[in-house]
Amino acid sequence: MRPAEPKGCPLADVRFDHATKIYPGTDAPAVDALDLHIEDGEFVVLVGPSGSGKTTALRMLAGLEEVDDGAIYIGDRDVTYLAPKKRDVAMVFQNYALYPYLTVEANIGFPLRIAGIKKEERARRVREVAELLGLEPYLQRKPGQLSGGQRQRVAMGRAIVREPSVFLMDEPLSNLDAQLRVQMRADIAALQSRLGVTTVYVTHDQAEAMTLGNRVVVMSDGHVQQCGPPRELYEAPVNTFVAGFIGSPAMNLLTLPVEGSAVRLGGERVPVPAGATSNGRSTLVVGFRPEALDLATEGIPAEVEVVEEVGADAYVFCVAEVAGETTKLVARTDWRSAPERGARVKLKPQPDEAHVFDLETGERIGET
Amino acid sequence: MTSATAKAQPPTFTRRKPPANVRRRRFLVTVADHSFLIAAALVFLAPFVFIVLTAFMTNDQALSPDLWPHPFRFQNFADVFSEAPLWRYALNSLIYGGLATLFLLASSIPVAYALAKLRWRGREAAFLIVLVAMLLPPQVTVIPVYVMWAKLHLVGSLWPLILPNLLGDAFSIFLLRQFFLTIPDEYLDAARVDGCGEFRILTTVVLRLAKPAIAAVALFSFLFCFNDFFGPLLYTGESPDNWTLSVGLAQFRTVHQVQWNLTMAATLIVIAPVVVLFFLAQRAFVEGVTLTGVKG
Repeated sequence: MRPAEPKGCPLADVRFDHATKIYPGTDAPAVDALDLHIEDGEFVVLVGPSGSGKTTALRMLAGLEEVDDGAIYIGDRDVTYLAPKKRDVAMVFQNYALYPYLTVEANIGFPLRIAGIKKEERARRVREVAELLGLEPYLQRKPGQLSGGQRQRVAMGRAIVREPSVFLMDEPLSNLDAQLRVQMRADIAALQSRLGVTTVYVTHDQAEAMTLGNRVVVMSDGHVQQCGPPRELYEAPVNTFVAGFIGSPAMNLLTLPVEGSAVRLGGERVPVPAGATSNGRSTLVVGFRPEALDLATEGIPAEVEVVEEVGADAYVFCVAEVAGETTKLVARTDWRSAPERGARVKLKPQPDEAHVFDLETGERIGET
Repeated sequence: MTSATAKAQPPTFTRRKPPANVRRRRFLVTVADHSFLIAAALVFLAPFVFIVLTAFMTNDQALSPDLWPHPFRFQNFADVFSEAPLWRYALNSLIYGGLATLFLLASSIPVAYALAKLRWRGREAAFLIVLVAMLLPPQVTVIPVYVMWAKLHLVGSLWPLILPNLLGDAFSIFLLRQFFLTIPDEYLDAARVDGCGEFRILTTVVLRLAKPAIAAVALFSFLFCFNDFFGPLLYTGESPDNWTLSVGLAQFRTVHQVQWNLTMAATLIVIAPVVVLFFLAQRAFVEGVTLTGVKG
């Protein structure tokens, strides 16, 4: 069918070049001049709150949304104006989009049937995929007779069977229960590294993003906020949005006045980077992860509102008075030493774990 | 999954029936609750009962106060076929209903799909025009249309009734569009990514998912054609070879000095297929209408 594009085509990198999408009847672009380069074989996760443009970006790549400005490349092909079927991509949808009137076998084989592949070849490839995904016992069933996890695997199978150059996944796990989601997450990661196919994965769940992606792209309001390996996003968020979005519970962000070259918090002097005060800033946003706040004998006085125990750890949600304002703070502690609700505690920040941001722009300032 | 396993195990306990007096009281209350509906149903059923009974009477007994046929004259049904070419009429009705329905589906489905699932400039305006067409009574256009068919030398045949269905029908387009709107876009997007063009999506995905609505539209159309009296009378009135059952039945009365027993026997033969068709397809019919949120 496509002699010029053998499977496992070596150049299946994806490039968004100023790609823009403006929905009719709206002024603000859903995706605004997106520049993103995804390497061949890479697993990239687009993450962000709803309305951030992540799904639109994925649909633009699939060819399901018109690109209003800029271009999109798959390998060295400009696919900006290509029909979805000519892009050699396969997509897994949130509700799986399995045809209810077809058996599992026919659902998986659907793209092959459309491509006009012979029956025997089709049966062979469907069997291979079913084996890979553990779906052999269910081949003659209809989707309505399958559990959520099985349906999800059938949807994966329909994507895999085509041997496309790029996999696109639009929140494929959001309809599963929590336990199954964690398991399928591991399965998808294993499958992707085994097949080695470039994958773009969209989710609003930052935990999913952090565990799956080689690289994570955090989006908000149609813009890329930060793009990097999960560790980098966690350790060095470039702005307050990423700082608040990545990590659960979210980072504690406090607005504090600068005193000399430091801010003062709970009796602790937290030094700020040299450039922080250069342009006359008198106030900064300082962030601490929950694990960077310790329960101690001295520090910020706070009252415990809720204690969430998660296995070995406990998250202590407190209210405190910081710089004259009532603020909510979260600290992580060992579950054995977790205080009672309503207890009065002291929270001591670890100065070298501080993240410093500009109050106006929200941008990160230097390294501390 | 859970429901499947639950079904596999029969319940181990037997349900207790309420005592006889409770059951009797419930029955009477139910009858009382529905008394108005029962009365209305009897009123609607009466003409049918009259038709059935008269169809079995001798001509002398017909229209007499004696309502129970004696003797039962089954010969009436055989006589009907010798008195008039009923088979010919039935064939004409089938040709009209069958072809018209086929053409109507072939033309309305793609239009409804475009109005429901494709994004294009002017879509809403086009849909409004379709709605307006629904408001137009056929009597308004009948004269110019008749003149047109006369100039094409097709008056006298059934073609003036069949061919317009190739141009779609507003009500069917409306009904199908409403149903297509309920089909999740992800099915179509999945098919697009998997290599289908729009026509392929229509034939391999939408037709399968919209089966109940399409069945309902087909039934509406067929029943309309089968019952249509005005159209066939207008275009085939002068050529009895092309009469449909509805026209044939009406002529039956005037041509044969009103033999009421035969007229009723013929009527029974004509309405029987409609009733049978409705009972067989009742589920698809009701489902198609309720799913679209449209009242027939």
